[in-house]
Parts: sequence; structure tokens; C-alpha cells
Amino acid sequence: MNTTLAFLGQFGGAVEFIFKERESVGGGVKIGGLGEISDLAATHLLVSVVAMAVACAISIPIGLYLGHKGRGEFLAISVSNVGRAVPAIVLLFFFIAFVGNGFTNVAFVLILLAIPPILTNTYVGVRQVEPDVVDAARGMGMTGPQLVRLVRLPLALPTIFAGIRISAVSVLATATIGTYANLQTLGEPILVPQQYGFEGALGAAIVVALITIAADAGIGLMQQAVTPKGIKLAEEPKAEHRRRLSLPTRRREAST
Amino acid sequence: MTFEPLIAQLQTRDRSKDSGCVIDDGLCPDWIVDNFDRYVDPFWQHVYLTVTPVAIGFLIAFGLALLAHRRNWLVGPIASVTGTLYTIPSVAFFFLLQPITGLGNTTAIVALVCYTLLIIFRNVITGLQAVPEDAKDAARGMGLTDRQMLWRVELPLALPEILAGVRIATTTTVGLAALAFLAGGGGLGQELDQDPFFKSNVVVAGGLAILLAAILDVIILTFQRFATSWQRAAA
Repeated sequence: MNTTLAFLGQFGGAVEFIFKERESVGGGVKIGGLGEISDLAATHLLVSVVAMAVACAISIPIGLYLGHKGRGEFLAISVSNVGRAVPAIVLLFFFIAFVGNGFTNVAFVLILLAIPPILTNTYVGVRQVEPDVVDAARGMGMTGPQLVRLVRLPLALPTIFAGIRISAVSVLATATIGTYANLQTLGEPILVPQQYGFEGALGAAIVVALITIAADAGIGLMQQAVTPKGIKLAEEPKAEHRRRLSLPTRRREAST
Repeated sequence: MTFEPLIAQLQTRDRSKDSGCVIDDGLCPDWIVDNFDRYVDPFWQHVYLTVTPVAIGFLIAFGLALLAHRRNWLVGPIASVTGTLYTIPSVAFFFLLQPITGLGNTTAIVALVCYTLLIIFRNVITGLQAVPEDAKDAARGMGLTDRQMLWRVELPLALPEILAGVRIATTTTVGLAALAFLAGGGGLGQELDQDPFFKSNVVVAGGLAILLAAILDVIILTFQRFATSWQRAAA
């Protein structure tokens, strides 16, 4: 009975930490409350959005180009295998030890983490476009750039967004440990228990989890919105042959 | 504000008697050779924190996938539940579990298991769904029951896809286990955390984590080659 109340109490305290200011563990400083949480969340989101924007600007054009030309398959595929083998925290600590702290360095780490899934998925998405469709477009007299912009890109968009979704989740997660590089993200209450105590850590953990789940769902909706009508129509009849249906809710990495 | 705990932790490891390179937080081969021992235990902890969750996660996800293979309507719900678990950032997850499972290995392993579920489940299902209808028809024609067909035809044909899932789950878990120290699980992440500005420390601890991911990947790949030798015979 006691333990049940105890852990309800901790979650209760964590929620209270999010909404109400309190004295820090060591005393002297005010911590918690919506004001501080939203400041930390703002930094958290800013560094994540900047990193995602740069990563998209780099990897989507490269993926489109390589996919269109049918070149660099090894590069486009292995970059995500290598990316997975280097843990986010290891990359961050390499940066802290060898390059330095602060916003720019954290953003750089996040960009490096975000590139592989987007690049690989863009490449795979472009390669998956049916050769017949490409032939038809060429037959209509489209030039190379037109073909990419009007045919390949729209048809690859769902797969590209799946990549963006994977990257966004890992960027938001890694921004949390950006606190180690002296950037005050939502990781601050989690990783500085001396000041924030366990309830603070738990409160921030709840906020981080909610933000990430919301971002994942939001990008999922965008993914559906950008899926061309043609693809949706083509996929619907498949529901009758249920055994051949691929996983319906998630289109994460298209390759393995 | 952030510096206070980092400096406090720096003082817990006494490097004052060492040479200039070490005091300057440099990359010191001598120090690495002399102090390599201290990384052996965290390394094996890290192996434990990777292999156990992947094994448990495989059993659960494989079971769920076989169930969903029979009852197709389950695929969607299972994929969204495991997908949500997969989305929760690990740092947050390690804390969210602590009021329930306390500080220690259990918390770390429960969280890490949750991350393997989506990856393995997805690959098992995809592998099973990709089995050619012809092969299944032939199996039925030979009089195999559903159960026999599953174990003798469908699973062997899906094996490359399943093992690809295990590989992804394993490398991912090596990375996530580097944060398990937040749940009191130890591992190489703890070493990183104790002295994050000392280049030698970061290179050895981080390098070992990457090496572990690579070694486990090669082991599974080798196993896959042996287990699917029929594939090359057919080609």
C-alpha cells in the first residue's frame, strides 16, 4: 500500500514540478514551473528544428540526385548502417571532448545523426518508383529535372517523410543529452539531479516523451497528407489481399 | 549550472599524479595502455545490457508476430503500441520507469527490451508476408498442416528478413545501452559520463561501444550465412 502511494506521489510531484515553481534541492534558486519548462522546451525545439532543417536541405537533394542517376547505392545505403553503429551519446561526447560545447556543436551532432535516415530513405524512395512510370514520363517529353520534380519526388515523398520521422525522433531524443554540452534543453532537469531532484527529472522526462510522441504523430499526419492520391488509390484495393499487406501504420525505414 | 555536476564528477577520479598530457585532457597512448583494465568490467556490463534485452525482446516480438500472422487484425494495434514505445526517448524512458522498477539493471533492461520490440516484430511480419504464395501452395499440396508449413516453409524463407531485424535491434541497443547508466545500469556510458572532457577516456569508452556494435553485427551476419546456406545453393 505504502509503495503504491509513494510512486503515485512521485508522478504527482513530477506533474506539479511542470506547472508550479519551487525551491531547488540545494536551496536558493527557483526551479520548475511552466516558465522554466517552456524556456527549456524552446531551446530544445529550436536546436532540433535547426538541425532537421539543415539535415533535410543536405540529404534530400543528394538522395534525389543519386537515386535519379542510379549511382552511389553503396554510399546511400551504408551511410545509415554506419550511422546506426555510432551511438548518439558517443558522437556527442566525441564532440564535447574534441570540438567544444554550445548550441552550434549540439546542432552539428544532431545534423550528423539526422542525415543517414533521410538520405537512405530518399534514395530508396526514388529507386522504388516504377520504371514504367519513368518511361511514360520520358515518353511525354520530360527533361531530367522535370522528371525528378514532377514524378520521382512526389512518388518518393511518403518514404522521404518516413525518414524524416525517424530522424526527428532521434534528434529530439538526443537534444535531451545536449545538456552535457552545456546547452540548456529539457535534459537539464534530468541530468542535473543535484539541483532538480528526482521529481524534476521525472517531470522533464514526461515533457520530453510527450513532445517526441507529438512530433512523431504530427509528421505521420504530414506523411499521409503528402502521399499522392494515386498511391493511396493504388494501395486501397490491396486491403482485400490481406496477406500481402505491409505494415499499415508505419512506414519507417524502407530498407533493411 | 551545468558545469557544477560535471566538475564534481571530474574530481572523483584523481588524475593529478599523471603526466602533462593527461592533465591537459589529451589523447595519451600511455595512459590508455596503463588504464585499459578499468574498461573491461564496463565493457562486459555493456555486452550484458545488449544481449539480454535483445534476447528477451526477440522472444516477445517473435511470439507477437506469430500471433499476428494468424490473426491479421492484430498487426495494426501491435505495431502502434510498440511504435509508441519506440518513440519515447531513452533518457526519458529510464526515468519514467524508475518509480515503478527502481534504480538498477531491471529498469535498464525493461526499457531496452521495449525498443527492440518494434524492430523485430516489424521484420518478422514483413518476412512472413513476403513468402511467395507458390511456396505455400506447394507446401499445402504436399499435405503440410498450417503449423508444419510455418516452421518448415514460411519461417526458413523469412529467416534473412528476421535476422536483419535482429541485427538492427542489436546495434540500436548497443547505442541505447550507453545511456543505461542513467537508470543505474552501468556500462560504457558510465565511463563516458565520469570524465567527458578527457579525450583518452572518450576515445576508449566510445570506441569500445562502436566496436561492440560492429562485432555483434558480424556475429549475427555469420550466423545468417550458415543458417541460410540453402539460399546460395539455390542460386
